[in-house]
Amino acid sequence: MADEPDYSSRVALPPRTRVAVGGARDVTEALFTSGDRKKKIQGTIFLGLLLFGLSIALIAIAAMIIWAFVAGGPRLNVNLLTNVPSIVTPENAGYRTAILGTLYVIGGVILLIVPLGVGAAVYLEQFANPANKFNRFVDLNIQNLAGVPSIVFGILGLAFIVRGPLSLGFVAAAGSLTLALLVLPTVILASREAIRAVPSSIRDGSLALGATVWQAVWRQVLPAALPGILTGVILAVSRAIGEAAPLLLVGAVTFVTFNPSFFEGGYSTLPTMIYSYAKRPQEELQVLAAAGVVVMLLLLIMINSVAIYLRNRFERTW
Amino acid sequence: MKVTRRAAFAATALTSALVLAACGGSSDDGGETTTPTGDATTSAAPTPTETGGGDLTGSIVIDGSSTVGPLTEPAAELFMQANPGVQVTVAVSGTSGGFEKFCKGETDGNNASRAIKEAEIEQCAENGIAYDNITVANDALTVLVNADAPAACMTVEQLNAIWDDGSSITTWGQIPGLDVPADFADTPLNLYGPGTDSGTFDFFTEEINGEEGQIRIDYTSIGEDDNAAVTAIIGDVGAMGYIPFSYYQEAGDQVKGLAIDNGDGCIDPAIENVQNGIYTPLGRPLFVYASDKALQQDATVAFFEFYINNSDQIATIAGAVGLTDEQKAEQIAKVQSLAGS
Repeated sequence: MADEPDYSSRVALPPRTRVAVGGARDVTEALFTSGDRKKKIQGTIFLGLLLFGLSIALIAIAAMIIWAFVAGGPRLNVNLLTNVPSIVTPENAGYRTAILGTLYVIGGVILLIVPLGVGAAVYLEQFANPANKFNRFVDLNIQNLAGVPSIVFGILGLAFIVRGPLSLGFVAAAGSLTLALLVLPTVILASREAIRAVPSSIRDGSLALGATVWQAVWRQVLPAALPGILTGVILAVSRAIGEAAPLLLVGAVTFVTFNPSFFEGGYSTLPTMIYSYAKRPQEELQVLAAAGVVVMLLLLIMINSVAIYLRNRFERTW
Repeated sequence: MKVTRRAAFAATALTSALVLAACGGSSDDGGETTTPTGDATTSAAPTPTETGGGDLTGSIVIDGSSTVGPLTEPAAELFMQANPGVQVTVAVSGTSGGFEKFCKGETDGNNASRAIKEAEIEQCAENGIAYDNITVANDALTVLVNADAPAACMTVEQLNAIWDDGSSITTWGQIPGLDVPADFADTPLNLYGPGTDSGTFDFFTEEINGEEGQIRIDYTSIGEDDNAAVTAIIGDVGAMGYIPFSYYQEAGDQVKGLAIDNGDGCIDPAIENVQNGIYTPLGRPLFVYASDKALQQDATVAFFEFYINNSDQIATIAGAVGLTDEQKAEQIAKVQSLAGS
């Protein structure tokens, strides 16, 4: 746009062609360099809106992290991780049993959702006939399940996992199963997208070389889709680790001083403890709640960093 | 491609290994260090009147009210210091949610901020659960106003006029029979109360408005966060709200607790008045319901006796009001008759 094009300097074009070329160039430049002021302003406003949206999200999360560190600051020490809960001496109370409870519950969730979620996604993408009415019904339901409020899964867990058919009782395994059901749709949907994104030439090539469908899926498609699947797992774990409401229904307690186990005894998790402490009148317990938020964020980052490392390791472009 | 495949297996193996390591590592140190609270606990430790020698074993599961939970938690903690062989857990799923589990025999005791209801009695009977209500402390609701509000005492009738369903009182000047300075009469009366799930809500509406759940609808619900009411009342000279006594104690002089006149003159919201039972109708006992089945275990009996005998210390920690000696003797008798000893 800077210089006035000087058509006459060009070599030996007939005048009509020269005019045509010049005109075409002007039109193109006008279109792509937004010659007119209005469009320039529109572009700036649009960019501003995008940055505004991004900054709202960043400010919110930064505010929460800063608040947690400031409010919980006095209690950020090793005791916080190694001591058991105490109401009598809240200044010495720690989250050990809740941290272990969270690791048990979330560990169980990961063990359940990875094979189940990926299996369901592989079936729906690679084996199921998309024209089949039943498969379309299943498809629709998975998408709806992703939007069901978590408390509903808590009620389901209480009726069918804690009591009823499974009758596990109020134990950590029941919490794992309930949360796994809650986040399974997330994993299935993300895994399906990831599998769909693998170029069909990879699968076709494998089949053409004599591989069975199973071999093509297991050796070619799944490894290629792994980064996307891991992203889904990260999202699912991040949601599961923060849930308190369904766990309260399936037996997470607010006061336990012994280490948890999967199939017997009471357990607690960080969100349930934080929820309980944040409502108490005692100042020390409110500080403890804020410090608990920091612990939970660190734990989440730790668990997810494993998945992020694996994802980056398998990432590649086609 | 071959590398990728192997890496995929490695990834799966690594993830599972990490999960297992996290679980395995943690269970190693189980049981050995139950109470690493150090010397701090020694000074705070009670002089339990009945420790049972500390050789009791077993597990006790308590659930229920979020009002009584903060009282049962320190009780459990102190009891486990004296009896390291016993494991006590406390959950908070609400009085009603707790009774649902209690009457199925899934818990040993239920924290309750109200008496058991008809439907719950039937459910317990169906499942053959015999029980009794053990009073573990006294609690009170406090009606709060701003420290600068020109009122120190209200009658139950005045509170009823303000809070009852259909009440049209919106300013301080409209409160019947209350003397307020002329320049304060037009100050809006902003009302704060706990959410409908809380035992505090049930208790207040029943005592003040005559029927549980009956209340005007245009007040600000603070949900389960009683501190929110304190914060709001500190910042608003025309505000009024009701909260559990313990929250009022924590708030101190930042807010004013109204004295209540139930026909016998103004009674201050003070510990002695609650304990003596003259702070009516907003004083109440807090219960833990115990089942006969649970009391067959020696550890459970010891726990309830410990809870009652150390009521003063436990109540102080939770901001409630301890039992009188008379109440203690009564409750111990209840536990023993239910245990069949």
